[in-house]
Amino acid sequence: MATSWTPDQPIVQCVDVRKSFGALEVLKGISLSVKKSEVICIIGPSGSGKSTLIRCINALQPITSGSIQIEGIEVSDPRLDKLALRRKVGMVFQQYNLFPHKTALQNVMMAPIHVLGQKRAEVEARARALLAKVRLAGKEDTYPGELSGGQQQRVAIARSLAMRPDIMLFDEVTAALDPETVKEVLVTIRELAEDGMTCLLVTHEMNFAREVADHVYFTDRGVIVEHGPPEALFTAAKDERTQRFLSQVL
Amino acid sequence: MHEIGDWFQRLYETTGLNFSVFYDAYDWDRYFGGLKMTLLLSVTTILLSLMIGAVGALLQGSPSMLLRLPVNAFVVVFRNTPPLVQIFFFYFGLGTMLPAVEAAGMRVPLLSNVQWAIISLSLFAAAFNVEIFRSGIEAVPRTTLEAAEALGYTRLKAYVHIVLPLAIRVCLPALNNNLVNLLKTTTLAYAIAVPETLYAVKQIWSESQNVFEMMVVLLATYGILVGVLVWLMHRWERAMRIPGYAR
Amino acid sequence: MKDAQAEHRLAVLLPYRPMQARMSVRIGPLAAAILCFCAIMAASTAWAQTGPAVLSPLQVIVKWSPLLLRGFAFNILISLLAMLLGTIAGLGLGLGLLSEFRPLATVSWLLTQFFRNAPWLVLLFFVMFLVPFQITLFKTTIPLPDWIKATVGFALPVMANVAEVVRGAVRSIPSTQWEAAESLSFTRRQTMWLIMLPQCIKRMLPPWMNVYALVAMSTVLASIVGVSEMLTLTAQVHAAEGGRPELFAPLYGFALLCFFLYCYPINLWTARLERRFRIR
Repeated sequence: MATSWTPDQPIVQCVDVRKSFGALEVLKGISLSVKKSEVICIIGPSGSGKSTLIRCINALQPITSGSIQIEGIEVSDPRLDKLALRRKVGMVFQQYNLFPHKTALQNVMMAPIHVLGQKRAEVEARARALLAKVRLAGKEDTYPGELSGGQQQRVAIARSLAMRPDIMLFDEVTAALDPETVKEVLVTIRELAEDGMTCLLVTHEMNFAREVADHVYFTDRGVIVEHGPPEALFTAAKDERTQRFLSQVL
Repeated sequence: MHEIGDWFQRLYETTGLNFSVFYDAYDWDRYFGGLKMTLLLSVTTILLSLMIGAVGALLQGSPSMLLRLPVNAFVVVFRNTPPLVQIFFFYFGLGTMLPAVEAAGMRVPLLSNVQWAIISLSLFAAAFNVEIFRSGIEAVPRTTLEAAEALGYTRLKAYVHIVLPLAIRVCLPALNNNLVNLLKTTTLAYAIAVPETLYAVKQIWSESQNVFEMMVVLLATYGILVGVLVWLMHRWERAMRIPGYAR
Repeated sequence: MKDAQAEHRLAVLLPYRPMQARMSVRIGPLAAAILCFCAIMAASTAWAQTGPAVLSPLQVIVKWSPLLLRGFAFNILISLLAMLLGTIAGLGLGLGLLSEFRPLATVSWLLTQFFRNAPWLVLLFFVMFLVPFQITLFKTTIPLPDWIKATVGFALPVMANVAEVVRGAVRSIPSTQWEAAESLSFTRRQTMWLIMLPQCIKRMLPPWMNVYALVAMSTVLASIVGVSEMLTLTAQVHAAEGGRPELFAPLYGFALLCFFLYCYPINLWTARLERRFRIR
């Protein structure tokens, strides 16, 4: 179902996405779009369905109804070519989920070799460059268990980038980190954004959202309550729920 | 070699301690034959039980009830019945049911006692291995599998490159234990006249009337065999250790 | 920072845990027993070809079941006695392992390793052939029948396994308990008997029951050294029925069934206790 998609159209296009777990509806008609090189942040209280949305975009969970298109590929299509989708979409998790039996370098190299069948030498050169880019040069042969949380998370980012995705999804990537290592991960993401990478983040880091995002969505109980440019949303929220949430977290 | 034999001969003449295996060539051959048989039984049953265990664990994880149920029944039955009775059931019960074959002009059973011992001991140990492998696979967190999925891994590739390498590390200590146990259980083949170490040693002491001395040799033999296996498994465990990865 | 790192490591892999608990949900004991019995019956279909004059395998089993079950009861008796002896000795050996008196700890360790790593059958031979058939104590001669010697033979590995269980359980209690007891000026012996062992009993129960299931299944080894327990009787029944080859499978199948019906519930119960104690 790869419709004629052109690069000027949004990379991600969600239309009226609904998702239920049994009787519980966690997404109640979400529509949003992400254009190339945009940085989009989704904020909102816990349990508002933010992470579910991001997992649905990567087809880790099926949606109940509605449509999610990634560069024209319909995610809810039962004949979806998951590999084609996942080459375009990189994802970073809250718990890093590095492969503990492989070194940092091997973690970055594995997927391009196993999944894309690329040549080891090329992949290795790129993996080393990526690790340097996330400021982990010198840690190539270190195992995940020997790295701090922030370092592990940056390896995870490099691991996703090695697949050359068109868009990166970040699912509360700093939530499990110590306060002092949060910053190093945020700096890495900011640098990515400055390089023109399209990013969709679920985050609790309001200052980061305010400084880096092009557009911020506020969700609560499965719906988008309000969205707009960060300055407008953070200084002049129209909805009362948004105001209450922001006053609590800022 | 001669000096050792002479020494034990002198030991017998001076103290009466009759370690006949070390100076009597005939006894030595029998003992050494038994040792070789024990090694053959151990190595083949270890390998077979690992293979059956891996297949069983794979089937146990399948979504089809039709595949899971027989594996579960197999595990439950073989874990909760005496291995010796299992051997008898296979060797006498099933062995006598199978047609005999013509070999060198004689009618011989399709499977020999050694083969039946290998089959039943492998099945016995495999029942434990199924559970051990299964729990190893289940110890790999779902999120790790999810990360592989997000990177575009297919289910099979994720298993080969990520789940199995991790699972094997989790279950090595338990596997280690079970394989040592299997080595000790090979002595049961004695009961169906497989000429392994215990059988050979018993023959020697019945003829040479040196029960005590041969008992020492027997215990030392198994002590060394178990020691070697434990050492090998520990080396493997160490080689597989992941730095910074406490258990 | 260091703590957080340790926490991340733990999150990576869950520890190994035995899976018996899960099995109980998947396949009930009754279903398993039925399966087992079906296997025996399937194996005995070969009887159909023989004439009507001889008893069917099922009839043979029914006819001899009182004798066979008496043999099975003997197996249970041996296992219980061996467990009793082995537990008492194993408790002593386990305390020896934990002793602060080094030579005692070393000797205990050697004994434990020796009896844990030697095959059960070899230990059985060891006792059968090296222990005399009677002993003289204070001028009275006590005869030692084979089955008593066999019981001792089984008690030896039980002892070593129980010693390990005791050691593991005591070691699993946080060292702060020792410190707390010491600060209240308990002696080491008081701490052991009043504080550690009572806490350990619950932890020791599941592995101890595992050891028991092992002994129960090992008692058939006594048939190899000539004790008239169930397996010996099974062979005799087979001979008495004319040694027909098609009777082997049903008769040994019956023995399998008896042990299964005895050991499987123990196994399930152990798994349940394990699960319950883990949660607390």
